[in-house]
Amino acid sequence: MIRVELPAHLRTLAQVDGEVKLEVGGRITQRSVLDALEAVYPMLRGTIRDHGTQQRRAFVRFFACEEDLSHAPPDAPLPDAVAIGAEPFLVVGAMAGG
Amino acid sequence: MSGVRVLAGTRKGAFVMTSDAKREQWEIAGPHFAGWEIYHLKGSPADPNRLYASQSSGWFGQVMQRSNDGGKTWEQVGGEFAYDGVPGTHQWYDGTPHPWEFKRVWHLEPSLTDPDTVYAGVEDAALFRSTDGGRSWAELPGLRRHGSGPAWQPGAGGMCLHTILQDPSHAERIFIAISAAGVFRTDDTGKTWRPVNRGLKSEQIPDPDAEVGHCVHRIAMHRSRPGVLFMQKHWDVMRSDDAGESWQEVSGNLPTDFGFPIDVHAHEPDTIYVVPIKSDSEHYPPDGKLRVYRSRTGGNEWEALTKGLPQRDCYVNVLRDAMAVDSLDSCGVYFGTTGGQVYASANAGDSWAPIVRDLPPVLSVEVQTLP
Repeated sequence: MIRVELPAHLRTLAQVDGEVKLEVGGRITQRSVLDALEAVYPMLRGTIRDHGTQQRRAFVRFFACEEDLSHAPPDAPLPDAVAIGAEPFLVVGAMAGG
Repeated sequence: MSGVRVLAGTRKGAFVMTSDAKREQWEIAGPHFAGWEIYHLKGSPADPNRLYASQSSGWFGQVMQRSNDGGKTWEQVGGEFAYDGVPGTHQWYDGTPHPWEFKRVWHLEPSLTDPDTVYAGVEDAALFRSTDGGRSWAELPGLRRHGSGPAWQPGAGGMCLHTILQDPSHAERIFIAISAAGVFRTDDTGKTWRPVNRGLKSEQIPDPDAEVGHCVHRIAMHRSRPGVLFMQKHWDVMRSDDAGESWQEVSGNLPTDFGFPIDVHAHEPDTIYVVPIKSDSEHYPPDGKLRVYRSRTGGNEWEALTKGLPQRDCYVNVLRDAMAVDSLDSCGVYFGTTGGQVYASANAGDSWAPIVRDLPPVLSVEVQTLP
C-alpha cells in the first residue's frame, strides 16, 4: 500500500482523517500515485495538479524521505521506502503565509 | 412566518445567518469551508434552498459547492473552468500583452427560472455557464472574443468579471461588468456581446472616454425597471436610462464618488445606496466615519445614513459584492466590511445594527427573503 499524507484543506475536501492508503499498480511514480489518489478521491482533481495541464500547482510541493521531489519528473520512480509503504508521500501546501 | 437568510463569503470561510422578519435576532452558522476564500455564494431565485458557493485558494485552486437545503449541508461539484479555444492575451498592468489565465470565480448568478442553471464570472475575465447544477461549466466565448479583449486590463484586484445582471423582462438580455474593461450587454443569451460604456470618463486610461478600459466596480438594477442601471465606477456614480446605451454622472453631493458597491431598494426603483470611500489609494471611509449614502431621486441628491454605524476611527472598506437588499416590507439593507462586520438595517437604511462583528474580512453579502 502506498501511504499519502494530504494537507488539512485537502483532507477536508476528501473527507478523510490522517493518511490515505492506496493500491497503485505498476511503477510507483508521482503520476501513478496521484492518478490513483484522484481515482479514489475525485474531489481532489484540480487541487494538486492543474485540471488541464496536469502540472503540479505552483503552491503545492511533494516531499518524501526528507527529500523535496517537487521538481522531479512526474514519471520518475519514487523512493523505494515510499513504494513499499515504509514512508509516506507528502503533499504539502507551500509555506506562504496566510 | 417570513424571514431572511444572509449569506456572507469571507477570506476564511462562509457564514449563513438567519432571522425572522423583524431582523433583530440572528442565528449564525459557519464557518463553512473553513480556511478557504469564499468570494461569493448565492441562492437560486427559482429554488431558495439551492445555493451555490465559490470556494478558492491560492494553493489548491477553485472548488465549487452546492447546497440543496439552504446551506445546512454542501456537495462539491465541478471546479474545472477551461477557456474556449486558445485564450490569447489581454493587457497587463504595464500595457504589455499577458496570457489569459483562470484564477478564480468571483461571482455566481443563478438563473431566474432554472435552479440548475447558473452563471459564473471569473478572473481572468470571462463568463461561464452551467446547466447541470454546477457539475460542468462551459464558457460563453462571444464575450471574450467580441473584439476588445486584447485591450482589457486588470484592476487592482485582478481582471475580474464581477457583476452579472439578468433582465427579467427580456430573457435573452444579460449585462456583465469587468474591472477594468467596462459594461457589456448581450441580447441573445450570451452569443454576441457589445460594450455599453458611452458617457463613462476615466482619467486612468489613455483615452478617458474610450469604448472599453473603464474600471467599473459594480452595476445594479431594479427588476421592475431593468432598462435603468446604476453604476459605481472606480470614481463616479453613474446612471443609464437606456439599458446602458448612454450614462450620466449622478454623484451629486457625495463626499467622494469613489467606492465599490451600489444597490437598489427592493420596492423603490429610484432609491439607491452607495458607500463612499476616500480614494483609490486610501480604501476607507472619509474622516473615519462609516456612512452609507442613500438617494431617493435616482442619484444626484444624497443623504448620509449614520445611525448605528461607527462615526469615528473606522477604517474598513466595503467590497463590491458585499451589499444586498431583501424584499420584506420595509426593505432590509445589508453590507459587510473588510473588518469582519456585517451590518443590517431593517428600515431601508434609517438605522443599522451589526449582525456580527468579528468575522474574517467580508468579500460578499447576499440575502434571501424566505416565505
